[in-house]
Amino acid sequence: MSKPTKITNSIRVLRFAHGEMTQARLADQVGVTRQTIIAIEQGRYSPSLEMAFEIARVFKVPLDEVFHYPGG
Amino acid sequence: MSYEEKGTWIYLVTSTGAYAVYLVIVIGRLLVMPVPQVAYISVLLWTTGASILASIVGRVVVETARPSDSRRSDVRDKEISQFGEHASRWFIVAGSAAALIMAMARWDYFWIANVLYLGFVLWAVAGSAIKLVAYRRGLQPA
Repeated sequence: MSKPTKITNSIRVLRFAHGEMTQARLADQVGVTRQTIIAIEQGRYSPSLEMAFEIARVFKVPLDEVFHYPGG
Repeated sequence: MSYEEKGTWIYLVTSTGAYAVYLVIVIGRLLVMPVPQVAYISVLLWTTGASILASIVGRVVVETARPSDSRRSDVRDKEISQFGEHASRWFIVAGSAAALIMAMARWDYFWIANVLYLGFVLWAVAGSAIKLVAYRRGLQPA
């Protein structure tokens, strides 16, 4: 349950690069709660592949610019 | 804190509180009369009903005091809910198995009903606690 994920992400950086987009606005565009975006940013929740693609689509970048896996 | 997490806290508090009240009343009766004469059914039904009502009132009060961004649940809420209920299901299984064995051994209805009730309460309490840990410490799919 609380096993830490190896996946890291650049959501916080991307939000600031996109006009300081708020967590609430990103959450609205992805269709989740703000708490879920916070949990993803902090590495406390690994989104489904579909949600990961939706987040990447909001920022108009490839998936691997949002999520990173060590050794990849 | 999300709407669903607040709801989980409220459910944990009300279900624990209702069972504590039930235990105080029923144990008080158990101490002064034999088991077959202990009136527990009305107490069980009233405390269960009061718990449901307290949950509803608690949600209204908490949302009035500290409104949530949104009242909808998302995929993370659903995954945490399923995880909590799945992980705590063994209390229902254990309670049912114990009740079955007690029925076969012809125990008094009082004990059979109470072991089943205990199983449900532990399922609710443990499930809520597991969900809250998942909300706070994280949930990673297996």
